[in-house]
Amino acid sequence: MIALTDVTKVYPGGVTALAGVSLSVARGELVAVVGPSGSGKSTMLHMLGTLDRPTAGRVRIDGYDAGALSDARLSALRARRIGFVFQQFHLTAGASALANVADGLLYSGLRPARRRERAADALHRVGLGHRMRHAPHELSGGERQRVAVARAVAGEPSLLLADEPTGALDSASGAGVMALLRELNTAGTTVVIITHDQEIAESLPRQVRMRDGRVVDDSTADRITTGVVR
Amino acid sequence: MTVRTTDARTADVRDAPATIREALRPARLGPADVVRVGAVGLRTRPLRAFLSALGIAIGIAAMVAVVGISSSSRADLDRTLAALGTNLLTVSPGSTLTGGQAQLPSTAEQMVARIDGVRSVSAVGKVAGAKVYRTDRIPKVETNGLAAYAVRTSLRGAIGARLASGVWLNAATARYPAVVLGATAADRLGIGRADRNAQVLVDGTWFTVVGVLEPAPLAPELDTAALVGWSAAEDRLGFDGHATTVYTRSAEARVESVRELLGPTADPEAPSEVQVSRPSDALAAQRAAGQAFTGLLLGLGAVALLVGGVGVANTMVISVLERRAEIGLRRSLGATRGQIRSQFLAESLLLSALGGAGGALLGLAVTVGYAVYQGWPAVVPPWALAGGIAATLLIGGMAGLYPAIRAARLSPTEALATP
Repeated sequence: MIALTDVTKVYPGGVTALAGVSLSVARGELVAVVGPSGSGKSTMLHMLGTLDRPTAGRVRIDGYDAGALSDARLSALRARRIGFVFQQFHLTAGASALANVADGLLYSGLRPARRRERAADALHRVGLGHRMRHAPHELSGGERQRVAVARAVAGEPSLLLADEPTGALDSASGAGVMALLRELNTAGTTVVIITHDQEIAESLPRQVRMRDGRVVDDSTADRITTGVVR
Repeated sequence: MTVRTTDARTADVRDAPATIREALRPARLGPADVVRVGAVGLRTRPLRAFLSALGIAIGIAAMVAVVGISSSSRADLDRTLAALGTNLLTVSPGSTLTGGQAQLPSTAEQMVARIDGVRSVSAVGKVAGAKVYRTDRIPKVETNGLAAYAVRTSLRGAIGARLASGVWLNAATARYPAVVLGATAADRLGIGRADRNAQVLVDGTWFTVVGVLEPAPLAPELDTAALVGWSAAEDRLGFDGHATTVYTRSAEARVESVRELLGPTADPEAPSEVQVSRPSDALAAQRAAGQAFTGLLLGLGAVALLVGGVGVANTMVISVLERRAEIGLRRSLGATRGQIRSQFLAESLLLSALGGAGGALLGLAVTVGYAVYQGWPAVVPPWALAGGIAATLLIGGMAGLYPAIRAARLSPTEALATP
C-alpha cells in the first residue's frame, strides 16, 4: 500500500524534516506514526498523502510512483485513493453535515445525486444518520470529527490518513473517533494515524516512532501477527 | 487475503491493476458544480459580496442609464421631427451690404408660392416696437421679452403648431382685435387658457385672447409672441406689411432644390440679403450635440465600472487569503490546480455578473423613470445591455484572474498549515 524508500525532505532554508525514511505499510494495516513535535511526522503525512514531493527518495502509494506523476494525476490519486482527516476538522460553516460530506466527493467525478447518496451512506456508517441536516456549529466536537471522517471515507479510499484526529477533542469523544477508525480498518481500509499521543499509539497494532526526521523504532514484530489481515 | 512476506513495494505494484493505473485522470467538474463551488464564497460572506457587486452595479447602471436616457431623448427628437416633418424652410431678411437690417419685398410670399415643388406658404411679420402687457397698469419697461407678430391664418398648418386651448385665427378674427398667444407668452402673462374675458394690451390696444399654442419646436421664436391677424395688425398696430419670416413646405424630395431657389425668388434684386434656413436642422444639431455629451458621460460611467472592478479584485484577494485552509482541504480532497483556479475565477465572474445584472436593471429603471417623467418614449438599446454584461464579465475575469492564479499556486501543505 505504502512504500517509502530513503525519503528525504529538505525545506527551503535548509531545514531537514525527513532524513532518509524507509517505510512500508501493507494493505489493511492500522499504523500509528508517533513522535514529538518537530520529529517530522507532519512531513511524513504530506509525503504519504502526496501533498508534497520528496527532495530525494521514492514514494509509492497504492502502486503509483508519486514522484513520477504530474500535479493533476496526483490530485486524481488523492481524489480516488486517499482520504484525509485533520485535527481542525476543516468543515464548511453554514453547510449541513450532508453537504460537507458530499462536497468531499466533488472531485471524484460522481454525479451530484450519487454524491449525496454516498454521503448519506458514509454518515450512517459513522453513526450520524440522524444529524445529516445539522450544520457544524450545531454538532459537538466529536460529531464534527465524525463528519470529517465520513467525508474522508465517502469516496471509499484505500488509504485513510488521520492527522491528530483526536487532538481537538475531549477524551470521551476522542475514544469514539478512535473506535470509528478501528472499525473502518476492520472493514478493510488501510489507516495511518499521525499523533504525538503515546497512549493512542500504544492502542494500535503497529507504531512507527519518529525522532529528528528518522524512524527510530518500528514495531514490525506486531505487524507479522496482527497487522496483515488480508 | 494473502499474507505478504515479500517486499511491500513489489506487492503494491501487483495490487493495482494496469487498467486502473492508466485511468488516473482528474475528474472534470460539470458547469453546475463550478458555479456551485464558485458561489460558496458569496454565500458565506453575503454582505461583502453585495457591497463589491454594488460597485460594479453602480458603474453598469450609470452607463446603461446614460445610453438609455440619451437614446430616449433622441427617440423623442426623432418622433418630433417625424411629426413635424423636415420639409419646412424659412426665409427671413438678413443684413444689407452696408450692415443695416434688410427687408423682404412685400411680393416675397407670392413669388415663393410659385416655385416648383412648394406646397404651401405662410408668413409672419414682426410688428416693430409693439409690446404686449397684461394690463395698462404694468410699467412700460416690463415687456417680459414678448413681441407681437402679424400672422397669416395658414401659419399654424405650416409650422405644425398645436393649440393648447381655444381656437386659431380665421379669416374673420384675423380682422378684429383677437390674439393667439405662444406657449411661453401665455405663461408669462399669466393666462392659463383662452377665454372670452382674457384680454391683453398689444401696443396700447386691447386684444381678446382666442387661443393659446403649445410650444412650437420648429418656430421657437413664436413661443414668446402674441400673434394677431395680418389685417388687424395693419389696421390697429401700424404694421408695415413686410413679412419678416416666410415659411414654406415643399415636397420632401424637392427640399434642396427649393432651398436654392428661395433666396433669388424672395428678393430678386438682392438675393444675398435673404437668409434661408431649415428649422429641423436645429433639432438634428441638438441630437448630434446630445450624442457628444453622451460620450463624455459614458466615459464617466466606465470609470465608475473600473473602480467597481478594483473593488471586486480587492474582495477576491482577501477571499483567497482568508480561505487558504479551504484551498488546502480541497487540494487534499483531490482538486487540481486548475479546479482551484476555476473556483475563484467563477466566484469573481459570479460576483461581477450579479453586479452587472443588478446594474442593468437599475439603469433600465432609471431610464424608464426619467423618460416617463419627461414624456419621452423609453428606449434602451439592446447593444447597451449586451455591452454592459460583456463589460462586467471582462472586468470580473480580469479582477479574478490574479487572485485565482495565486490560489492555484498555493502549495497544499502551505495552505493546510494556515490556522
